[in-house]
Amino acid sequence: MWRQLDRVISATDRLKTFAQFLLEFKGGIAEESSNDREFLARWIFAGEEILSKVRVLVGTKKGAFILSSDGKRNKWDVSGPFFAGWEIYHMKGSPVDPERIYVSQTSGWFGQLLQASTDGGKTWFQPGVKPEDEKPQWPPVKSNRFTYDSSADTGKPLTTHQWYDGTQKPWEFKRVWHLEPSLSDPNTVYAGVEDAAIFKSTDAGESWHEMPGLRGHGTGPDWQPGAGGMCLHSIILDPSNPERMYIAISAAGAFRTDDGGKSWKPINKGLYSKYIPNPTADVGHCVHHIAMNPKRPGTLYMQKHWDVMRSDDAGDHWTKISGNLPTDFGFVIDVNSNEPDTVYVVPIKSDSEHFPLDGKLRVYRSKSGGNEWEELSKGLPEKDCYVNVLRDSMAVDKLDDCGVYFGTTGGQVYVSPDGGDSWKAIVHDLPAVLSVEVQTLA
Amino acid sequence: MPDLKHSVRVQIPYHLRNLARIDGDVALEVTAPVTLRSVLDALEARYPMLYGTIRDHETLKRRPFLRFFACEEDLSLQSPDVPLPEAIAEGREPLLIIGAIAGG
Repeated sequence: MWRQLDRVISATDRLKTFAQFLLEFKGGIAEESSNDREFLARWIFAGEEILSKVRVLVGTKKGAFILSSDGKRNKWDVSGPFFAGWEIYHMKGSPVDPERIYVSQTSGWFGQLLQASTDGGKTWFQPGVKPEDEKPQWPPVKSNRFTYDSSADTGKPLTTHQWYDGTQKPWEFKRVWHLEPSLSDPNTVYAGVEDAAIFKSTDAGESWHEMPGLRGHGTGPDWQPGAGGMCLHSIILDPSNPERMYIAISAAGAFRTDDGGKSWKPINKGLYSKYIPNPTADVGHCVHHIAMNPKRPGTLYMQKHWDVMRSDDAGDHWTKISGNLPTDFGFVIDVNSNEPDTVYVVPIKSDSEHFPLDGKLRVYRSKSGGNEWEELSKGLPEKDCYVNVLRDSMAVDKLDDCGVYFGTTGGQVYVSPDGGDSWKAIVHDLPAVLSVEVQTLA
Repeated sequence: MPDLKHSVRVQIPYHLRNLARIDGDVALEVTAPVTLRSVLDALEARYPMLYGTIRDHETLKRRPFLRFFACEEDLSLQSPDVPLPEAIAEGREPLLIIGAIAGG
């Protein structure tokens, strides 16, 4: 009878629920033969691999690409380039409506644009634009308009930050580094921008307004650009508390709001940065990326300019977990979606030499929340590899055997379908990869 | 008396043509006087996806890596309110919006 069910049950979650029910209902299942039970077990797990899909969203220096596979993550379809020739700093799908994807499209010539899709990347549009409309549209598109808020109504956020030479410089919008769709509303999305600020849209990207409390708390004059610019590159939404968000800025540090973005506080205690006048200052730290497993939202992991860090109190205090890493410089960090203590980094030689040690591309994994790291090399280049892995270029899927993905400045996107044990290049020759996100589609 | 309209041709860079989903020159009806400002106003109204890509939203200043040429003249640094050459206003020559050859 179990074989007959193959035709009528199609969703992974239903399979799991049903399997759990059967395995617990021992009286009933005992009447079946052992062969049937074995078939059932295989069928359940094969079902997840076949029925689930993953969609990897890759932003590059010269366009966007989408890599698609079933849950086995063995055979891949590649589509793109979309927005060919443009820098795609980031693209990310809504967790509420995965077909809704937001894209940051930028250019040194033409500035910032926003693109979106409502069909999983088959077609794209600029929010608010009607290209098929023959009549002039006025007011024109606003989706690429990021205007800093310096009004008295919002507390007159300070309007200058520190420049490389120590002088003060006015905030000037350059680009969107990161887009973070809301966990509850597909029309709400946050944007982390350079010069550092956070913006919010509640109309699916058609218009944006700054959340001025971040620049308004008074430490702006001590923020300064890192080598890549003064970018707000990480936005993490707390699934257990809609009022809580985390952001990180290079080079200012990490910040947290507990009131939905009205006010923010620096959360940098425990960071030590020898390259700033006060190495333990509240702000000024070059945080490269932060990551969280949504199942344990109070725990954060950080890849700083140097140092890998961990906080177990929502960023109030950080401790160094670099342990036995061969170098603790790097850009990416991420957490296994099923195991909140399993963390991944890609060590980079130094801040002067942005490539792997000894020409060997390696991921390091800690299964103990840091300090004890193991080298992961199976399937990765053994020699002559001098690529970098940029800060938003690692992601994890949500399948039972967590898939880990990262992209390189050499145009490779690697996948590990087994939590890091082995790696394979999905693509070898894309333009330099700026960002990688993955969607797990049931 | 109705506003005088001019038919003006504009050439825009490859990436902006793709963005606007057009091929070749853009033909615009521009209300006199024909200036950089009035031409760009008409261009952005007809192709709203170009808003902010040629000149900054707030300041309306030309983006640094773009330049304006017409009739073998570089008009990039002139006031946006100076009338453009007659050949542009009469549609005999296009206004050229050119991207700097730079980058990789």
